Amino acid sequence: MYAVRLFCTRHARAFESVYKGLEKVFLSLHPLLKGIGYNRLERPVAMIEQMSKGFLFDCKMCGQCVLSSAGMSCPMNCPKNIRNGPCGGVRDGGFCEVRPEMRCVWVEAWNGAKTMQNGLERIRVVQPPVNRELKGSSSWLRIIREKGAMKEASKRQLDPAKSELAQAFAKARKLEPAAVPLAKEPVAALAEQAVKEQTSVHSTQETTSQ
Amino acid sequence: MIKVQQPEPYDPLSQVPLVPPPGHYSASKLERVLRKGLFAVTAELNPPDSADPRDVLKAAEPLVEVADAINATDASGANCHMSSMAICSLLSRAGQGSVFQISCRDRNRIAIQGDVLGVAALGVGNVLCLSGDGVGVGDQPGAKAVFDFDAISLLRTLKTMRNEGVFLSGRKLTTPPNIFLGAAANPCIQPLEWRAERLAKKVTAGADFIQTNYIFDVDVFEKFMETLRKEGLHKKVFILAGVGPLASAKAARWMRTNVPGIHIPDRVVDRLEKADNPGEEGKKLCIELVRQMRQIEGVAGVHIMAYRREHMVNEIIEASGVLADRQ
Repeated sequence: MYAVRLFCTRHARAFESVYKGLEKVFLSLHPLLKGIGYNRLERPVAMIEQMSKGFLFDCKMCGQCVLSSAGMSCPMNCPKNIRNGPCGGVRDGGFCEVRPEMRCVWVEAWNGAKTMQNGLERIRVVQPPVNRELKGSSSWLRIIREKGAMKEASKRQLDPAKSELAQAFAKARKLEPAAVPLAKEPVAALAEQAVKEQTSVHSTQETTSQ
Repeated sequence: MIKVQQPEPYDPLSQVPLVPPPGHYSASKLERVLRKGLFAVTAELNPPDSADPRDVLKAAEPLVEVADAINATDASGANCHMSSMAICSLLSRAGQGSVFQISCRDRNRIAIQGDVLGVAALGVGNVLCLSGDGVGVGDQPGAKAVFDFDAISLLRTLKTMRNEGVFLSGRKLTTPPNIFLGAAANPCIQPLEWRAERLAKKVTAGADFIQTNYIFDVDVFEKFMETLRKEGLHKKVFILAGVGPLASAKAARWMRTNVPGIHIPDRVVDRLEKADNPGEEGKKLCIELVRQMRQIEGVAGVHIMAYRREHMVNEIIEASGVLADRQ
């Protein structure tokens, strides 16, 4: 909801602390979550995430949450989906070029970041383009998986095909690992469309081989 | 008439790819001029709604004598015109330096990375990365807006292609593109407080030069430059200040209401309104702006956007005297 969203960026510092606290708790749960299986957890957690973040931030479930690096203002609400804003079209008073009745998401973001403890340091980091395969999946689980994998340093779990992106956006990888994920994605976390395409490719291959 | 040395016409099939001079990223004249410390001039070409190559050369004619590179806009204002890549290619063949503009609005990461290899192969040395205006302001508001990249993630991607010789996917390039990377800035538009920060982020992402949007408010721009100088950014990136001749008070009002990201102060509109010949006054104002930009520490050149007034570009630059050090 728009009004709630604006409230959240105005109180970015409080949300930053809540996020930091929650992350610590969940990170310590990584072994347990791994035991249950991230694939099994994906759907229920994504549903909770969508409801809560949807209410608070108008979250679009991009699956690669960078709220903490965007002053707690969700960049997917920018009509241009800009992840490193604001663009050059901002209207007088800080309103959106495309939707003049809406405050510019990135003006709110920088204002929010200024009030946060690490806000400015993080908003200055160059964010990579969104991986559209991950739409609809849980960012929370992805953050824990990525940070967990980094701690374990179990390089075998990391996908080498994505390492160039991680190198090109090294700082984002360090601070927002979910925006530059390297750990293996559970099947349930891939966008439904992508999964469907994969299964249809598999079934065609199977038919051809038969 | 000012004599400006023009490069040889470029035929991509009979010549090896252009080799950048030592210490340069590209073989572009613009980069050479800027690195020499000369005051650079770039000019925007109004792309034709035509499939006739002669229309491109005709549009470029009033610009070639003074411009170190000609910007070929990429469907600016979301209006459909001849593509930037085709215009740049035609200009290369005519021996003119050009700036290939990429708007993230119309193409995804697959198309853009391929296009950049293409323009480099065609002898184009400069690329300008833009997020792009929304589709709603253009002639085809029902189009699908892409915005796969934004200007900053695009800059970092092209820098990775050039410096590391790989696509974003990690696949290797056999010959990386020798390109001079540009980005835009809009110093006179809200949020003024964060404009310098955004420029800094573009430099971090990979920008070698900046072309700003129209500046009619020199006071605001001076403050912006002061912030950049404090951060030492003017030494990390070449800044070309955007200027242009206004046709009349009516045109100025229309621009600031209908074109996204343009700020024209009332005092400028008033000055045109009171003038006996608004067209001449607009030209005079532009010459003054060019001279003022030359005086600001950290400004490396000007970028002239003379929409439908291209015929004035020669005169403006000559009258301003900023190319005097070229002789």
